[in-house]
Amino acid sequence: MKDYEAVIGLEVHVQLKCDTKMFTRAAYRFGEPPNTLTNPVVMGLPGTLPVLNKRAIELSIQTGLMFGCHIAEVCKWDRKNYFYPDQPKNYQISQFDQPICIGGVVEIELPGPARNVMGEHREVKLTRIHLEEDVGKLTHYENGSLVDFNRAGTPLIEIVSEPDLFSAEEAAAFLNAIRLNMIYAGLSDCDMEKGQMRCDANVSVRPVGSEKLGIRTEMKNLNSISGVRDSVNYEIRRQSKVLEKGGEIFQETRRWNAEQGYTVALRSKEEAHDYRYFPDPDLMPVRVSREWVDCLHAKLPERPFDRQRRYLKDFGLPFTMASVLCQNSELGNFFEEAVTKCNKPLEIGNLVANDLLRELSAGKDAESQGLVLLPIKSGHVAELVKLVEEGVISRQIAQDIFPQMFQTGESPSTIVEKKGLRQTTDMAEIEGVCARIIAENPKPVGEFRAGNEKAINALKGGVMKATRGKANPAMVDKLLRKLLA
Amino acid sequence: MSDLYYQSAAELARLLEKGEISARQLMQSVIDRTHSVEEKIHAFLRFDPDEALVEAEKSDQRRAAGKSLGSLDGIPIGLKDLICVSGQGLTCGSRILENYVSPYDATCAARLKERGAILWGRLNMDEFAMGSSTENSAFQTTCNPWNTECIPGGSSGGSTAAVAAGETIAALGSDTGGSIRQPASLCGVVGLKPSYGLVSRYGLAAFASSLDQIGPITRTVEDSALILQAIAGHDARDSTSFKAHIPDYQAALKAPPRRWKLGLPREYFAEGLDPEIRQAVEKAVDFYKNEGCEIVEISLPHTELALPVYYILAPAEASSNLARYDGVRYTHRSERAEDHVDLYFKSRGEGFGQEVKRRIILGAYVLSSGYYDAYYLRAQKIRTLIRNDFMDAFKKVDALITPVSPTAAFKIGERLDDPLSMYLSDIYTLSINLAGLPAISVPCGFTSKKLPVGVQIIGQPFKEAEMLSIANLYDSTHRFGMEHPEL
Repeated sequence: MKDYEAVIGLEVHVQLKCDTKMFTRAAYRFGEPPNTLTNPVVMGLPGTLPVLNKRAIELSIQTGLMFGCHIAEVCKWDRKNYFYPDQPKNYQISQFDQPICIGGVVEIELPGPARNVMGEHREVKLTRIHLEEDVGKLTHYENGSLVDFNRAGTPLIEIVSEPDLFSAEEAAAFLNAIRLNMIYAGLSDCDMEKGQMRCDANVSVRPVGSEKLGIRTEMKNLNSISGVRDSVNYEIRRQSKVLEKGGEIFQETRRWNAEQGYTVALRSKEEAHDYRYFPDPDLMPVRVSREWVDCLHAKLPERPFDRQRRYLKDFGLPFTMASVLCQNSELGNFFEEAVTKCNKPLEIGNLVANDLLRELSAGKDAESQGLVLLPIKSGHVAELVKLVEEGVISRQIAQDIFPQMFQTGESPSTIVEKKGLRQTTDMAEIEGVCARIIAENPKPVGEFRAGNEKAINALKGGVMKATRGKANPAMVDKLLRKLLA
Repeated sequence: MSDLYYQSAAELARLLEKGEISARQLMQSVIDRTHSVEEKIHAFLRFDPDEALVEAEKSDQRRAAGKSLGSLDGIPIGLKDLICVSGQGLTCGSRILENYVSPYDATCAARLKERGAILWGRLNMDEFAMGSSTENSAFQTTCNPWNTECIPGGSSGGSTAAVAAGETIAALGSDTGGSIRQPASLCGVVGLKPSYGLVSRYGLAAFASSLDQIGPITRTVEDSALILQAIAGHDARDSTSFKAHIPDYQAALKAPPRRWKLGLPREYFAEGLDPEIRQAVEKAVDFYKNEGCEIVEISLPHTELALPVYYILAPAEASSNLARYDGVRYTHRSERAEDHVDLYFKSRGEGFGQEVKRRIILGAYVLSSGYYDAYYLRAQKIRTLIRNDFMDAFKKVDALITPVSPTAAFKIGERLDDPLSMYLSDIYTLSINLAGLPAISVPCGFTSKKLPVGVQIIGQPFKEAEMLSIANLYDSTHRFGMEHPEL
């Protein structure tokens, strides 16, 4: 069997994080009762006209800047004409030949050989990013269909890649990277379950070594990353088999059946719509000044993979920790603030990536409020690490009081003083407790003396329990060994 | 006071101001007149005398309380049935919108309301403003008040006929290729098409978005200025609305006359122009000459391309603008549809008339892949050349004088089966829409058969004040729009 290589291009639709619609002030939110977020413009009533949402333009420019696109000095609006009941005007306002962002790259991260080992990074070329309005939502029933226009007119960008992806894994990594960057910069929530990110995949295969692109098929409206991965894999196998048998691939749109795991032909090239694009006479072209772009650029965070590289190099963090800290820009900011106050990146990283995230996910609401609004401050985390470093409290105590710091915003030293958790280093006191625990626990004592090194842990635990964790663990170890010798 | 319904808006404003008449009296006079002549004219699709009288009484109360909203307070103004008024029907002369009620006010309607004008009735029109005779209305054929066997022109024929017959004091129409000026000319009233972007299109059901403008239809140029003042100005809800300073148009009329330099484009006086029309227009030109204006012959070399360019661009935009009338949300829905595609075919098939279908098909064709460059793109380029012709001319002259329509009103039914001859009715008006310029049709006499003739004055972009001043020089001394047909 010949070896075939896949070539994949993706078109990713992302809803921008705007409170109002693309061409009118009607509000947009997910999950409202049907047809409540409409007005005469959304419904395409006679006489209505579109007026641009400036915020949507700004978010699109910022998206372009995150991906290193050229931001067009002038972009314009075109009508894409086709009849469908989810579309109030039966044309969609989009950008045909003068999109807002041109070129650019998306840096992707492939899965590593193991979970804690970073995979390969690669730049995938973009063709363009354009801005358009979303359509409504159809629900089909046995004897009819219902339309909900709440989503109609929502600002939507389409990120179009070059045919520059070569496996289903890369396609998935591309979507993950778009999601990461968009969420990171606050440009979209990219919640695929809410339809905030959707993907069309163009797939073709060719014999390895061939330069010429094969005939492609397109799969529309893939609404999960696994859906993209699975459908692309299916298509690669299907096309390779067809070619292997000397068959022919037809340029067509195919539907992915996620339940059964196969694609099926939907319409051929000949049946494709003629969208009769032409410039929308209701809208003026948009001029984007250098100053505007610079101002928007200044508001963007460092790119997440750039930050990850910095954390690996400058702070020597393990990959998994660096990766977790770079999922969310506020989390990274919080971490770095704490590090400036106490230069122990690994210890702080541990608390932020493990304890803080655990508390955050325990209270889902708090997460949505954002880190800055939480009572816990980066200074407190820095202080906590210092207290451990200085031997004032043990690591265990540090972990124990973290939830209280998180909930109340009290400083760790306040909590330590209030609860009397300061570590005991009084040798005589600790020795007395150790002696008592040895006397009370003949079984582990016997085992330890018989050569079972691990048996000492039970005794240590007993001492720590008796001192409510305040005994200095190193001192306990030393004294126990002395008394058992 | 007799015949209030035939006074000019400006004169009525003076009478109302002095308390010599009440708004109620005026409204009643217009209502009575409408009742007595409407069966001969068929200008209105709907009107509501009770509601109009309530509004008139409110106007009188305001005035009595010293809270008059200005010169338009209490003046009845009719609207062409494609301008939205909240709570009122909006048919656009089409079956497809027969039962549609607008939930909002067009900006121009809101501005008239704010100034106390009484929105009086909904006026007949060619379906979706496509036509030059108002015969393409799905509901009725409007007759020309000067000869009821003739068409009133179109597409704003209901509006111009109502003003000419005394059924309203003034009206608003829309002009995409001549739809205000041509019927104004044929009915012997004043029709103004503003510069593209001067009057908000928000709430005007679109025919061709890059050409459509709303404008006043009145009996005098002075009234035209009065109403333009109320409706002109930037509107944030229309992205093509121009942020221009709006001068005081009435003050411009009162300014001392200037020796204007006026251009006669030779292409507008060539073959196809009815000799009687030519004679009337030349007489108006002579008047300006006698007033000390300099008359210069100029050339607009791309004039003959305007018609084909217009019939590519306007249908292209219309094919897209009218796509929303699909039977899904608010328009006529066919009872016989089998599935959603069939629903489109049958609802639109039943709802649209012949001319609308013709233009939708034409428009979809010129935009389709493989033809776009040859038709649409090329037409856009020629459109620029046409505008350049005018801008070159304006380097030499202040304004242009031309005929409005090559012929006077023709007989009902005469051109129905010949769309091309119908399209030629707009030969002198549609270049102005393509170039985005302001133009006004002013009555300048009658043919031997006592049918009105209009002269067109074409102004420079956003120089409506100058254009009105030139038009008023003629109109204030002739007042053909104040002559009345026998009904």
